[in-house]
Amino acid sequence: MAWTRNVLRVNLTSGSITHESLNMQWANDYLGQRGLATKYLSEEIDPKCDALSPENKMIMTTGPLTGTMASTAGRYSVVTKSPLTGAIACSNSGGYIGNEMKNAGWDMVIFEGKSPHPVYLYIENDKAELLSAEKLWGKSAWATDELLHSIHQDPLLRVAVVGRAAEKGCLFSAIVNDLHRAAGRSGVGTVMASKNLKAVAIRGTLGVGSISDPAKFFKATEDGKKILAENAVTGEGLPALGTQVLMNIINEVGALPTRNHQEVQFEGASEISGEAMLEIRKGDGKANLTTNGACFGCTIACQRISTVDKNHFSVKDKPEYHGNSGGLEFENAWSLGTDCGIDDLDAITFANFLCNEDAVDPISLGATIAAAMELFEEGVITVEDTGGMELRFGSAEALIWATEVTVKGEGFGLELGKGSKRLCEKYARPEISMTVKGQEFPAYDPRGIQGMGLAYATSNRGACHLRGYTVASEIMGIPEKTDPLVTDGKPALVKAFQDATAVVDSAGICVFTTFAWSLEDIAPQIDAACEGDWNAERCLEVGERIWNMERDFNLAAGLTGKDDTLPKRLLKDVAKSGPATGKANDLHKMLPEYYELRGWSPEGVPTDATRSRLGL
Amino acid sequence: MLRSLQIEPEKCTGCLQCEMACSYQAEGVFNPSKSRIKIFAFHHEGRFVPYTCTQCTEAWCMHACPVEAIVINQVTGAKEVVEDICVGCKVCTIACPFGTVNYNQDTAVVQKCDLCGGDPECAKACPTQAITYVASEQGGINRMRAHAAENLPQDNA
Repeated sequence: MAWTRNVLRVNLTSGSITHESLNMQWANDYLGQRGLATKYLSEEIDPKCDALSPENKMIMTTGPLTGTMASTAGRYSVVTKSPLTGAIACSNSGGYIGNEMKNAGWDMVIFEGKSPHPVYLYIENDKAELLSAEKLWGKSAWATDELLHSIHQDPLLRVAVVGRAAEKGCLFSAIVNDLHRAAGRSGVGTVMASKNLKAVAIRGTLGVGSISDPAKFFKATEDGKKILAENAVTGEGLPALGTQVLMNIINEVGALPTRNHQEVQFEGASEISGEAMLEIRKGDGKANLTTNGACFGCTIACQRISTVDKNHFSVKDKPEYHGNSGGLEFENAWSLGTDCGIDDLDAITFANFLCNEDAVDPISLGATIAAAMELFEEGVITVEDTGGMELRFGSAEALIWATEVTVKGEGFGLELGKGSKRLCEKYARPEISMTVKGQEFPAYDPRGIQGMGLAYATSNRGACHLRGYTVASEIMGIPEKTDPLVTDGKPALVKAFQDATAVVDSAGICVFTTFAWSLEDIAPQIDAACEGDWNAERCLEVGERIWNMERDFNLAAGLTGKDDTLPKRLLKDVAKSGPATGKANDLHKMLPEYYELRGWSPEGVPTDATRSRLGL
Repeated sequence: MLRSLQIEPEKCTGCLQCEMACSYQAEGVFNPSKSRIKIFAFHHEGRFVPYTCTQCTEAWCMHACPVEAIVINQVTGAKEVVEDICVGCKVCTIACPFGTVNYNQDTAVVQKCDLCGGDPECAKACPTQAITYVASEQGGINRMRAHAAENLPQDNA
């Protein structure tokens, strides 16, 4: 049965903590984690509520496979209404805390209301209490993590925490766990801080048992691990180069958004690529990458563990940053590097450290700085706004400065912390903001990868690569190669990726497994762990149900089909170089067919027949 | 032939598959806190290090036990805790210089690595071969070979 069947409900307003049983009917329909928590949220809050008001709730949730020996099964998610987009938010993280929550006996922790003063939740198995966080408020995520370990005298305590940015209202604040893993996107950390909840510290020693069919489970998970080990991406590319394996590839195909999406190829890409991270630096004779690492239970191990050259200007007088920490993911190297026109690997790595230290989403931060740089180059933002800093593309000094003021919530950093959409609106240049539904783009330009345009436009949490990663098919040929420059067949491809990803995100495993695993490989693992029959067909149906439920949440929140669009720059301004030269994104050729395939009206609303078919 | 667990920290990724395998074998649940092998993360240094009982020949835990609850498995050479005899006095946990014998508050007796009767689950579960089960007399053979290779003439490769 794999679920613990226990839900912890924490009312922050009253301080009451209650235990309840998991709704197993919903678990059968929505599996766990992303799907199941979104079902709870949809039932419990008004989607129109202000995301930063006490009416919003925040759910930390594991999947049925979390804490088991299935590869990558250490994931947890945070589900809430996003203050950045006004849409549903679901941010997924690895590290070790998902397993710890499951080992403490909880499928889900639901936070409601708002505490009258700063608190943190301490969980030790079935004991849970709210403790004062007065001494933690105002501290970075890293400092808080260290303090909590010291207060509880427990080196094995696992901590999820918000930093100073969230306290100051930065709308893309993350929740960092295990120092450098994050529920990163859509401002889930901002919601947590708005509830005066600084951290969740967990120690679980109960164990995860109740596997429905152990013999079948070990066979299915062993088979799965073998497939991951033998696959070129999950067995070789990701352990060796991490997600940064993509920097040169995406640049070559002309889909690497550069200088706030003004171009699609970056002349400095190779300088900040995964390959560059292996090269010996002149400064200190070391490589950027020390080693790879794994999240809980993961046999891929794509994590980067890196250092910044201690002679680099950014850390020269800061010995506390000379050690190893979480290194660059491709998305972060792109946002902090390429999108800002910066090819200084040390500067980008340090900016990424700062994002982890204060729990900020580096994708949204880098993309917002890129928009600010374009506004500065255009003379819209001036040194008077920045207090003297020349916020120019290519300036590593400007990147470090902008990152520091944003993560600490100081001065102009408070403007940047509102995100690209609100920043550009403030300066009356909304067309410069590269966002969908208010969320900043990740690292794939939809002019060079057409399917991603549709994936971004229809993503339930705004611009995001993790809701339907057609890059896998269009660039990497997984499960089969499609032409990235054509729109034919892309609506069906996007739908298939969206539905499959929704179920993967609900199981407790990592989406990176899907470079090697199909649902035919995943379903037997779920089936052996959980009660009932879980074949690939049922999984896909659960995925489709989740997608439509999220859509319904967004429609009820006030979003419409009109929000399923892309910035004009991507629809009108053509790519100037590379294989996509002369192309914009042809979203209009894909969207109507996508609605039809989804069983939605031409306005993008699920029809009654669709809702009824999915049991919504 | 006596075999030992060989640990190569530079290959460890910190995934804890070994801790899950160990606890499942011993307790029937996935529970890293009950694992006899532990992975230590050294964040600043960027290293993960697996650590467990080395099965000392002159085992201090065994000598310290006042009720002779720790016995040698004649086949594997492992020092095993006989749970029915152990009284939970914890003297062995003090005697062990490496800290690899620990008290389990749920069972009220001590727990330590017993090499799973000669087929250690941790080694089987490790995806990177950071933990292997090798002939005790050849534990250093790969490192000897690596050092020997350092003296090869460079231009003959």
